[in-house]
Amino acid sequence: MAEKSGADILVQCLVDLGVEVVFGYPGGAVLPIYDALYNHPTIRHVLVRHEQGATHMAEGYARSTGKPGVVLVTSGPGATNAVTGITDALLDSIPMIVITGQVPTQLIGTDAFQEADTVGITRHCTKHNYLVKTPGKLAEVIHEAFHIATTGRPGPVVVDIPKNVQIATAPYAKPELKVHASYHPQTKADAAAIDAAVEMLAAAERPILYTGGGVINSGPQASALLRELAALTGAPVTSTLMGLGAFPASSDQWVGMLGMHGTYEANWAMNQADLILCVGARFDDRVTGRLDAFAPNSRKIHIDIDRSSINKIVDVDVAVVADVASALDDIIALWKQRNHQKSDLTEWWARIAGWRAKKSLDYAENGTEIMPQRAIADLYKACNATGKDVIITTEVGQHQMWAAQHFGFEAPNKWLTSGGLGTMGYGFPAAIGAQMGNPDSTTICIAGDASIQMNIQEMGTASQYRLPVKIFILNNEYMGMVRQWQELTYESRYSNSYSDSLPDFVKLGEAYGWTGIRIEGPQELEAGIRQMLETDGPVIVDCRVAKLSNCFPMIPSGAAHTDMLLDPSQVKGSMTDEAKALV
Amino acid sequence: MHIQEELSQRHVLSLTVSNEAGILARIAGLFTARGYNIDSLTVADITDDHAISRITIVTSGPPKVIDQIIAQLDRLVPVHKVIDLTEAGPFVERELALVKVAGVGEDRIEALRLADVFRAKVVDTTIESFIFEITGTTEKVDNFVGLMRQIGLVEVGRTGVVGLIRGKEAN
Repeated sequence: MAEKSGADILVQCLVDLGVEVVFGYPGGAVLPIYDALYNHPTIRHVLVRHEQGATHMAEGYARSTGKPGVVLVTSGPGATNAVTGITDALLDSIPMIVITGQVPTQLIGTDAFQEADTVGITRHCTKHNYLVKTPGKLAEVIHEAFHIATTGRPGPVVVDIPKNVQIATAPYAKPELKVHASYHPQTKADAAAIDAAVEMLAAAERPILYTGGGVINSGPQASALLRELAALTGAPVTSTLMGLGAFPASSDQWVGMLGMHGTYEANWAMNQADLILCVGARFDDRVTGRLDAFAPNSRKIHIDIDRSSINKIVDVDVAVVADVASALDDIIALWKQRNHQKSDLTEWWARIAGWRAKKSLDYAENGTEIMPQRAIADLYKACNATGKDVIITTEVGQHQMWAAQHFGFEAPNKWLTSGGLGTMGYGFPAAIGAQMGNPDSTTICIAGDASIQMNIQEMGTASQYRLPVKIFILNNEYMGMVRQWQELTYESRYSNSYSDSLPDFVKLGEAYGWTGIRIEGPQELEAGIRQMLETDGPVIVDCRVAKLSNCFPMIPSGAAHTDMLLDPSQVKGSMTDEAKALV
Repeated sequence: MHIQEELSQRHVLSLTVSNEAGILARIAGLFTARGYNIDSLTVADITDDHAISRITIVTSGPPKVIDQIIAQLDRLVPVHKVIDLTEAGPFVERELALVKVAGVGEDRIEALRLADVFRAKVVDTTIESFIFEITGTTEKVDNFVGLMRQIGLVEVGRTGVVGLIRGKEAN
């Protein structure tokens, strides 16, 4: 059999696995792989400016296309720079394969130049990882790595390849998929659990569907089935930050996002429900608020592909361990087979209407400043008017929450945000990755003035690959969410939460060959957004917004869903130590 | 403000895992990363081809935490099976200890008498010392070591617990 070098085996595997794009950065320990990629006919390599950028691009690519993202970085600092993005992908269950170069096997453990214990460092921030010590093992490891990253609960997998393994040769034939005998994620639910779930749903008087990122991960079919189940039951639907778009925001049954910055109606409906059907969400602390007051009179059904998510934080009555689409399919089939009819939920919906009437997302405007919520709402309106497919990414902070609240999502895979890890610096590279995977879509990163600077170097990447991404900065010259917490907790002592020495974002854009737009007042907002959307190339918009706006409604840490703050007048300015100690 | 701690129970977990590089670090690291306790941990390969190891972990925690530990272990790719022996029904557990005791005269004779009571074997001797080998439950070994401490305990080496479910089935 013909022998191939480890580097050639790797590249052949990537081709066989259908990889079209690799986000990476070269260095000493991956030179053989880069040589194998030189002028490659099918694999496009995107040269990033920092390895963290590569990981978030891969995440954005994966989340928007449903295909795994692939990253290629060198040993040592290349690998350690990737760690934040790898951890982000683990927390948000994003399928990603990270190939890292390593010093040659005979130098491992000698503190060689650019050596880091990559498998040790990434052991607990990956779904699985490998150090491949011989080229003969490489093909089966790469195939297994893709399988593990993309099946069950998706996640990042690191494959560390020493430089001599990239150069040494081994016989190569396309391998059969050989997976650990111990790896068998459960995707099909137990019939008894489905039966119990259907009967509880049919009997519920105040049901709510609490959906999350698992619906998106399960694929477009899961979103379609969720819509069908919502129609069959007539239940209100809420979602976590990660699940936005799985259910259309324009539906009458949509009650908005729940949790810390969720709507009044979503959180009250969760609190008062008699049945919660959790679909691919994980009762995260941002969602539950104070645990002993969380949905106190409800029975709970939890659909999750990862058994360890069930009963981790909130005890549930029925555990459905399965892929979301498969479980919803089973539930719908049994519902129809038993000929269940929609319950009369008139009274329940009347109560929800009462909570809705609070209009918890409303905000006051003064006519002289742009309210950040208004900027998002206008952006949403303008995007809709284009009729084009729009993908929104965000950084982390107030702007992220405002985007979640005021931008309506109708379809899955159009909303990319760092939910679990809350990584500032995620959104812009994620937009680049999404644009790579969706060349015909309008891709917009909604950012804050602080978080955009965390991976702003990737502007060069967008220029190089002529990616027409848009950055829409809500510039309030603060790390707004930190400032907001300081106002809530530390009597407005703004310890290091202001943005000093900000760059001129317009000039910065121009320096990279982008279009820069500044929007300074309400009268410029509509035209500025329109110009951004009508410009063909990449655009950075510096939208100056009201500096001290805060994000409401809010469940402060340690509070129950029923103790939401609806506006600034309810802020006391300090908290107990118990509340301060919560994140 | 003070930090509250919950009541915990002792559980013996038995895992079969693929015998591959890093598996022990993966498991030990999971315990530290998620703040679980390890009272003892033993590992050795148990198949002819050295492909599978059994890891026995004695841990403690509230029931909900034990349930999480099992679920978290179970989702590690190289972990084949996790059994909570404490929950799964009657099981035997044993550990082995080597106990070095120094003494002369009546102490030396008393040490031998106690060893006989505990069915400990002498595996090394000098004029002034013994090394006893004792197997049994953790409690039995604790008791033996406690008695020897009063006579002239020098040092102890313990293997930690291994356990198997009773009966003819493989688990």
